[in-house]
Amino acid sequence: MAEIAPNARFDPEEAAATRRHFWSRFLVYAVLTLFAVVYLVPLLVVIFNSLREQSEIARNGLISVPRSFRFDAWAQAWGSYCVSGTCEGMKRNFFNSLAMTIPATIISTILGAMNGYILSKWRFRGSELIFNLMLLGVFMPGQISLMPWAFLLGKLGLTNSTYGLVLIHVVQGISFTTLFCRNFYVSIPDDLIKAARIDGAGFWRIFRKIILPLSPPILIVTVIWQFTGIWNEYLFGVVFTSGQQQPITAALVALTAGGTTARAYDVMSAAVLIGALPPLLIYLFGGKYFVRGLTQGAIK
Amino acid sequence: MSALMIRNLHKSYGSLEILAGINLEAKTGEFVALVGPSGCGKSTLLAMIAGLETVTSGEIWIGDRLVNSVQPKDRDIAMVFQSYALYPTMTVRQNITFGMESRGVPKAAQAEAVQRVAALLQIEQLLKRKPGQLSGGQRQRVAMGRALVRDPKLFLFDEPLSNLDAKLRVDMRTEIKKLHHRVGKTTVYVTHDQVEAMTLASRIAVMNQGSVQQFDTPKRIYDRPTNMFVAGFMGSPAMNFIPARLTGSTSISVRAADGSDASLALAAPMPAGAPKDIVLGIRPEHIYRFTTDLKSRKPAVASMQAPVELVEPTGAETLAVLRLGDLEITGRFEPDDAPVMGETITLGIDMSRACLFDPTTKALL
Repeated sequence: MAEIAPNARFDPEEAAATRRHFWSRFLVYAVLTLFAVVYLVPLLVVIFNSLREQSEIARNGLISVPRSFRFDAWAQAWGSYCVSGTCEGMKRNFFNSLAMTIPATIISTILGAMNGYILSKWRFRGSELIFNLMLLGVFMPGQISLMPWAFLLGKLGLTNSTYGLVLIHVVQGISFTTLFCRNFYVSIPDDLIKAARIDGAGFWRIFRKIILPLSPPILIVTVIWQFTGIWNEYLFGVVFTSGQQQPITAALVALTAGGTTARAYDVMSAAVLIGALPPLLIYLFGGKYFVRGLTQGAIK
Repeated sequence: MSALMIRNLHKSYGSLEILAGINLEAKTGEFVALVGPSGCGKSTLLAMIAGLETVTSGEIWIGDRLVNSVQPKDRDIAMVFQSYALYPTMTVRQNITFGMESRGVPKAAQAEAVQRVAALLQIEQLLKRKPGQLSGGQRQRVAMGRALVRDPKLFLFDEPLSNLDAKLRVDMRTEIKKLHHRVGKTTVYVTHDQVEAMTLASRIAVMNQGSVQQFDTPKRIYDRPTNMFVAGFMGSPAMNFIPARLTGSTSISVRAADGSDASLALAAPMPAGAPKDIVLGIRPEHIYRFTTDLKSRKPAVASMQAPVELVEPTGAETLAVLRLGDLEITGRFEPDDAPVMGETITLGIDMSRACLFDPTTKALL
């Protein structure tokens, strides 16, 4: 106790500094909170509407606090809402999306890791050129490739199928996954590869035993990026599939295009949330790895 | 038989020539150091011996095998890298066994080999750790362990000590030397540190601009450097180069501080056909304070006057900067007998240890 005593004496300058510090902090947090609210309000409106009764929405308008809570709209949106004659809700489209996103994410990530490994650690004449050409894909909007894809899917007999979308997303995603992995692998010292070569390890053994164990940070980033990107993708889904084959993003549009009946804002809200849930969960559970992976080097 | 033989080795990237005709040889059990300033091609040469760089032209023989196009893993070599290149996700044990696993050595033999090497390097207690949990010196040991476990024909070291702090570097240097004595493997050791080369090697290849300037024992390299580059590179403080003029077959004159010419008698007569203008090379430790006692002990000592510009005591010795004409030269003195600043002392220069160079070709005369 005796050691603390001198510090307890009042120091006006220190107190002023502490006060200044408090107010500057307060300002920062106030502004951040304001922005967070602004960004969260639309999400909140949709969540509220998914829990309100259609009649209540009609009475009090779209933006309002719910007077009653019920999950009927969620159940309808998932399994029984009628879209153009079939009354199965969104679940089939939800599973379509899963069946498209999971394989496309895994395959494009594996290919990206291998491309990155080759383009950073096994360079050959022209490998930089190939890398730069692949980078072009990052900047190429999807609609440019609509016609070629239509032609190719037709030739392969993959129109209106989930496999077709998997193929598209694997190919369209390779630019990104390659870029991520290659840039990460560049920071792994070449000496490791040389040492492994002297140790008798070949191309695959070095990849499996040395490169892959170092890769989790970038693989998590790549998987999150690909999963959210492919899940949320809309254009290819709506152009190359229809009805039962559509991924959920494309199917959501069909909800609004119902036409004849009054708009069921409660069901639409619930359906939108169902469609947004997987990427949201991925972000909630993987977000911190995403940020960490993007800023982390390969070693240590 | 030589364990390593390099014949007329060339390496170029496009029009850029990195190695220009290297000839080198290491006898079985020998410790050869490649030393030179950065960019002299020594690391490239080592990488070519390891098979990590392709050969432009020439031959590399390991044992009785021409290995120009043999894969690194089949060359029967082991290498220690400057960065240690330990596999970061593996434990020390896994790092050491990785190569044996790649070659399909049975598990029991692997365990035995790890034990032997770990005991030799005193890293038994580290086997379960990851490289990130080791200090610099420990990483260095593990890197050597990974090389030792292979029992190769040839050890290659690429500046293995340059990432360590000064004290540890000296300790590890001693250990490498002890280790080499115990294991007796042929070793090629790249360094830019001439002290490391001098202390460790049985023979040193001094390299500059892609070619070997001199390949000889440390003593010969130090005492009789073939040219001014080798003379200046090896030894610290560096050899003094003093322009001189031949005044007879056994005497030269150099410019003293006051502008007059001082005559120094050579220890041996100059060969006929030597140029008139020469460079006198004299190491700092061969400059003394002149006394009659010194003259009787070292008859080849020549004397001249020089003012003392600066004195730098290091404890074990005292370095003095002396003025000679427009030049400053360094002398190395016993601390008890050191000159003081401002004093003009009579120098005794041991001419039997002097090297004379041709100033145009830079070669030893």
